[in-house]
Amino acid sequence: MAKHHIEATVNGDPVEFLCETEDTLLDVLRDTLDLTGSKEGCSSGDCGACSVMLDGRLVCSCLVLGCEVSGRKIETIEGMAKGEALHPLQRRFLEAAALQCGICTPGFLVASKALLEQNPNPSEHEVRFWLAGNLCRCTGYDKIVTAVMDTAAAMRKG
Amino acid sequence: MAETNGHSRTNGQHYVGTRTVRPDGMDKVTGRARFGADFNLPGQLIGRVLRSPHPHARIIAIDTSKALALPGVKAIITRDDFADQPSEFIPAGEMMMNYKDVVRNVMAREKALYEGHPVAAVAATSTAIARKALKLIDVTYEVLPHVIDVVLAMRPGAPLLHDDLFTAGVEPRPDKPSNIAKRVEIKLGDVEAGFKKADVVVEREFKTAPVHQGYIEPHAALATVSEDGATELWTTTQGHFIVRAHCARLLGLDMGKVRVTATEIGGGFGGKTVVYLEPLAIALSRKAKRPVKMVMSREEVFKASGPTSGATVRVKMGATKDGKFVAGFAELKYQAGAFQGSPVQPGVMCAYAPYDIENVHVIGYDVVSNRPKVAAYRAPGAPISEYAVESVVDEIAKKLGLDPIELRMMNAAREGTKAAYGPKFGPIGLEETLNAIKKTEHWNTPLRKWQGRGVASGFWFNIGGETTVSLTVNEDGTISLMAGTPDIGGLRASLTSVVADELGVPYDKVRSIIGDTGSLGFNFLTGGSRSAFSGSMAIVEAAKQIKADLCARACKLWEAKPDQVEFKDGAVRPLGALGEKVKPMTVADFAKTAGKTGGPIGGVGRINAQGAGPSFGTHLVDLEVDPETGRATILRYTVAQDAGRALHPAYVEGQYQGGAVQGIGWALNEEYVYGDDGKLQNAGFLDYRMPVASDVPMIDAILVEVANPKHPYGVRGVGETPIVPPLGAIANAMENATGIRFTELPMSPPKVLKALKDKGLNRA
Amino acid sequence: MARVVLVGNLAQVTGGVAEFDLSATSVQQLFRQLGELHPALAPHLESGVAVAIDGQIFQDALLEPIRADSEVFLLPQIAGG
Repeated sequence: MAKHHIEATVNGDPVEFLCETEDTLLDVLRDTLDLTGSKEGCSSGDCGACSVMLDGRLVCSCLVLGCEVSGRKIETIEGMAKGEALHPLQRRFLEAAALQCGICTPGFLVASKALLEQNPNPSEHEVRFWLAGNLCRCTGYDKIVTAVMDTAAAMRKG
Repeated sequence: MAETNGHSRTNGQHYVGTRTVRPDGMDKVTGRARFGADFNLPGQLIGRVLRSPHPHARIIAIDTSKALALPGVKAIITRDDFADQPSEFIPAGEMMMNYKDVVRNVMAREKALYEGHPVAAVAATSTAIARKALKLIDVTYEVLPHVIDVVLAMRPGAPLLHDDLFTAGVEPRPDKPSNIAKRVEIKLGDVEAGFKKADVVVEREFKTAPVHQGYIEPHAALATVSEDGATELWTTTQGHFIVRAHCARLLGLDMGKVRVTATEIGGGFGGKTVVYLEPLAIALSRKAKRPVKMVMSREEVFKASGPTSGATVRVKMGATKDGKFVAGFAELKYQAGAFQGSPVQPGVMCAYAPYDIENVHVIGYDVVSNRPKVAAYRAPGAPISEYAVESVVDEIAKKLGLDPIELRMMNAAREGTKAAYGPKFGPIGLEETLNAIKKTEHWNTPLRKWQGRGVASGFWFNIGGETTVSLTVNEDGTISLMAGTPDIGGLRASLTSVVADELGVPYDKVRSIIGDTGSLGFNFLTGGSRSAFSGSMAIVEAAKQIKADLCARACKLWEAKPDQVEFKDGAVRPLGALGEKVKPMTVADFAKTAGKTGGPIGGVGRINAQGAGPSFGTHLVDLEVDPETGRATILRYTVAQDAGRALHPAYVEGQYQGGAVQGIGWALNEEYVYGDDGKLQNAGFLDYRMPVASDVPMIDAILVEVANPKHPYGVRGVGETPIVPPLGAIANAMENATGIRFTELPMSPPKVLKALKDKGLNRA
Repeated sequence: MARVVLVGNLAQVTGGVAEFDLSATSVQQLFRQLGELHPALAPHLESGVAVAIDGQIFQDALLEPIRADSEVFLLPQIAGG
């Protein structure tokens, strides 16, 4: 069967690609568009390592098909820093040692940014439940949750 | 901390012990860091593995002809592509491996021994074609009866996995093969006499489920083999030198022709110390003459890699009425998986290590069954045996009406204590961790109904081992550090601080990388809590060479004698009267003119690091049990552990916090669930339930620092010990909350609810 | 004479003898002397044991010195996760 021809926007840039029906958005990002920052940990939507924003909504890109994203806006970890300037979450994760091996980090950052965009003042409880879809096996979550709370506080102060 | 071990560094310390930003961090928060599956080569093929659907089956025939005929299929390998290996333990790096088993685990030979055991592998031009090809491979199996449970596997008449496996460690040697690979034991004093002195004796049997290391990054490898046999491999591993040794042995390659690069690694916890895909990718590439990339699915990770042993453990301990432990006995039966080699030996040695007991006897059995071969998992073997002992210690405290911390304190191993496994301990920090826990506000906070508090201690040996690092002073005075132990949790940050302090240069002028096997001398793997300990020792060695070299160069330039110069705070400084004639020269000053004073400047530390200091920890946990569902919620958690000296406090805390949460998973939820058909029923993250952020509270970490006198900075390994105490601490908290002593892990809601119902306690 | 103790299963190879007084001044000499006393031990020593000398554990350390009053334990080797 012929491949699908898809046009979409990734991190603000227009892209077009060909994909098989069964190719996931994650396959397309990693294998076709060479955006390997989104990680594949399970391909069943359980680990959150492939988290991206699709039209402003947080999704697991392993659960979205490539041919579903026609005309839509995708934001990945690669688009999180603006030029030289890291997003405050990225900066805080670095400073607060909120990563150990780092494989889950892109997913946590994308998910945390989505949280702060809709809730600039989350409680610890809210942070923990929002991030419950992202698995981390190294940190025990302590420094990640702390980094998100601290970033939120700093961003509120402006 | 004062300088230890008489080692004299002449520069001040500025970075060690501070929370520097990790050098690899920028790439990891921007998505730029390249992990195992992020590497690709032009012209690469995709490799996939055909796995046995049966837990135990003889492989009668494998017909690959239809698959080979499929357009796009470039190579297929089976058992015929691997030479058999003799049954003998031979060195692979620092480990002893029986390659007869290794070759059979990477590719089944006579029999498939677990569901998921590789039977063939295909390289094709796309994933879709590779998948299709797997379906065209025709394997004729003779399905055999299987055995999953360790106790059943030990029974006479149990289905036999290996007809040449005779129990080692029993005299006389058995005349019949069995699934019991090995019996091990340690003895100290006379336990029978010890039990006679006891006023209270507690005996219990415990069961633990096998659990997976649970790294988020699946195994991945990319190999390319040229016509002359030169081989390059990129893989996610805890030890690329070990991978090289295994692949060279299994495939008959010269080590010097195999260059292995360790990619960034997305978690390992011991599970990435062995080979799975690597020899298959090389064998496929050798056959296809094209690069081959292989990545496991999560299901494959669960079914065919890791996990650690499940076990049955019987513990019997005796104490006098005032609380002195007088005898400890234990019998451990550990699952090895399909091939021998469970961590029962360290389990035996660790069981009573935290305590000063005159009479100890521990027996262990290494038992094979139709499960994936176990791999190391953080303090291999120790959490299981220490969980059982810590549960019994708690019960003794209760029987004697003693405070559980006081009881542990009374019996704690300290400097000079003869460890149950033989030698005497040097300076250790168990008492200090108990004291630290006792002083917390946490310990002194009241609890409500259905809430419970538990405490437990834990021990791990820690190791050193062969390590090479190179330090290069670049032309502009910046420093390149190359280490050879993959960085899983901030190693480069710790080592960079040590380099900066040793050479007196700013932290951001040091760039550290993990070198490949062609760029650096041998390194044993990252594991056993050795990489920061050994790496920092090797750096001190390499820096010493550089300092001596720079002093010699200064002597030439200044026409001075060696005793007229010294290296201090990043510069060679003239002493005495010489100081009036010449100015100090920094490392950068020498770098600029290196060509005129003897050429490139650098040092290589090549050591076999000895003197690893044991690490003890004590954990404190509060939890609440929901009597309607049986679910236990962790309310509060505090870890105190002896780090010797924390090179990077934040990453040491991270080890404590991460280990505690892995332990929480092991205690409360994680387990391999098998059906009667011998197949794994929960090979995915949805059903294999690891802790998520909403399952756990903040983990308070207390860094206790009792310097290790054998290390120039006082460092002890810290990675393994944190997973040891949680199992016992949580079981003890469950008892405190419910009055029920749970002796089976995980203490999952159905099990807890049933226990509450049996006691008529399930109504709040 | 250094006191040498076999921990765990090694003593099975020596027919139950677990303690020795040996004149060895290095780990290498100690292995040689033990191997001569009990040839069945030799392959086990070659295949890797850890040596604790006065409380400190060495792995692969043939040249470590042993003093006349040292207490030496031969242990199974330890790796880790």
